[in-house]
Amino acid sequence: MAFLEIDHVTKYFPSPSGSGQVCIFKDATIKIEKGEFVTTIGHSGCGKSTLLNIIAGLETMTEGGIILNGKEVTGPGLDRMVVFQNFSLMPWMTVFENIRLAVRAAYPDWDREKIAAHVHKYISLVGLKGAEDKRPTALSGGMKQRVGLARAFSIEPKVLLLDEPFAQIDALTRGVIQEELVQMWNATRNTVFMVTHDVDEAILLSDRIMLMTNGPSARIAEIVDVTIPRPRSRDTIIEHPHYYKIRNHIIHFLVRHASHGETDAGSGAEQAGGAAPLVVKF
Amino acid sequence: MATKKDALLISGTLLTLFLVAWHLFTLRQDFDPKGFTEDQLMTMEFNGDIVRTSDGGYVWNPEKEKVKGVPGPLSVLEKARTELEEAFVIKGTNDHGIAYLVLYTVTRFGAGFLAASVVAIMLGVLLGLNKVLFQAVNPYIQILKPISPLAWMPLLLYTVKDPKWTAVLVVFMAALWPTLATTAFGVNSLRKDYLHVAAILQLSWFKRLFKVILPGAAPTIVNGLRISFGSALVAVVPAEMLLGELGVGYLSWIEWNNLDIAGVIFAILVVGVVGVVLDSGFNKLAGLVTYQE
Repeated sequence: MAFLEIDHVTKYFPSPSGSGQVCIFKDATIKIEKGEFVTTIGHSGCGKSTLLNIIAGLETMTEGGIILNGKEVTGPGLDRMVVFQNFSLMPWMTVFENIRLAVRAAYPDWDREKIAAHVHKYISLVGLKGAEDKRPTALSGGMKQRVGLARAFSIEPKVLLLDEPFAQIDALTRGVIQEELVQMWNATRNTVFMVTHDVDEAILLSDRIMLMTNGPSARIAEIVDVTIPRPRSRDTIIEHPHYYKIRNHIIHFLVRHASHGETDAGSGAEQAGGAAPLVVKF
Repeated sequence: MATKKDALLISGTLLTLFLVAWHLFTLRQDFDPKGFTEDQLMTMEFNGDIVRTSDGGYVWNPEKEKVKGVPGPLSVLEKARTELEEAFVIKGTNDHGIAYLVLYTVTRFGAGFLAASVVAIMLGVLLGLNKVLFQAVNPYIQILKPISPLAWMPLLLYTVKDPKWTAVLVVFMAALWPTLATTAFGVNSLRKDYLHVAAILQLSWFKRLFKVILPGAAPTIVNGLRISFGSALVAVVPAEMLLGELGVGYLSWIEWNNLDIAGVIFAILVVGVVGVVLDSGFNKLAGLVTYQE
């Protein structure tokens, strides 16, 4: 049994007109192994963030189920920590207090010193030493998300859920933080489920990339295996012969096929709704 | 720094101009007996308009002067001096020194405002967290909110049968609604992200309230408290007047009953000073719990 199983998850929203329901996505199914880094890419409105929130337990699914480590997910919990697109730091708390809130919740029987030491360890891991007593307002977007990452890693969750974590960070800083994330992930080998718009980011970080068709009634059309060996880094990965093949494939899918739900590779046979996604290997 | 100095200078000038103008407009000439017949002078003395001095001349009767026209700044100053000299003297049941009156008013105000704030914040959080309950209760809040707290007074007096507690309850009614409405709004519009983080971290109900919901809604709650504070301060003065409860508001009414207009003006000034002191204290406290987003 896989570590994290997303099994035929379907989500309906009440339609804006008030009558009936709109299907956001249908039959999302994927098995994620322990320590795997899986990314979802799709156009806005395909429901990928909703899927992430469902895994986090923050939203309910209409049909289907999610099984983590043999247990069904029924609500939010400390075993699945989210790194939010808009950081979601408490603005009335300092950097230290924000992370301490999480550490205290995760390790209720630790004493003060142990908690403080743990918080400081993660603050220095993301290079925020000296900013412990600053409030989020005083930090740049990049620094805020470093706090978000430190908070998420500090409680050592079974699954890390990254919801477009670098979308609000300027392009230059984004690259730096992506590398930091790679290093932190290398050290912990958490299971990660990420949602992003950024194809390069997905290739750099992921083991597998799920491509979703456009909503409504979106589905997982393809799963791309990224076989580029690790460790990867931004300046060497682009020299790998598969890099541009994968990149072009994903972009072709997003530009040409996402709206039709057809797949690029393979025989081009029409897929019936609910059919298993095509696995593409490079 | 320079602008602050300029502002201070302008403030000072304005005050001086105002005082000089006030003094000049309320200035009355000394009594001049020229042009009055002996009979007229006797009638005026008989009526108490003028009094005879030891050297045989006439001056305006100082007792009657107090209620004639508006007293000038000097007579108000004189009144203030005597009142402050006797600040801690209790002369009779209804004649307590100004320090006691301030104390009574501040205690009354503080008790009503604090009780109202606690009740309003608790109810507000409850309503803010439960949309259905909020929608159910909101119409009643909207009806009760605009009612002047003084309108409750007869009913409160009839119910509690004690003017002392009625005055506190009037302040309570004045301070309740703005805080209640804004707290419910602040909690309700708290960013969902904060609650999401709290949910993932599995914070207890207690921690969720004190670590996330209350601090998150604090800026909005403080705004509500500020409106409540003002309306309670406005309500406490007429409540004292109508109920005859000793305090700075009642002082103004007593002085009016004494026909001592300088005393009325002094009482008004005391109300202003008490308000400013309470307000600055409130702002200091408010600064501790607000944050920037």
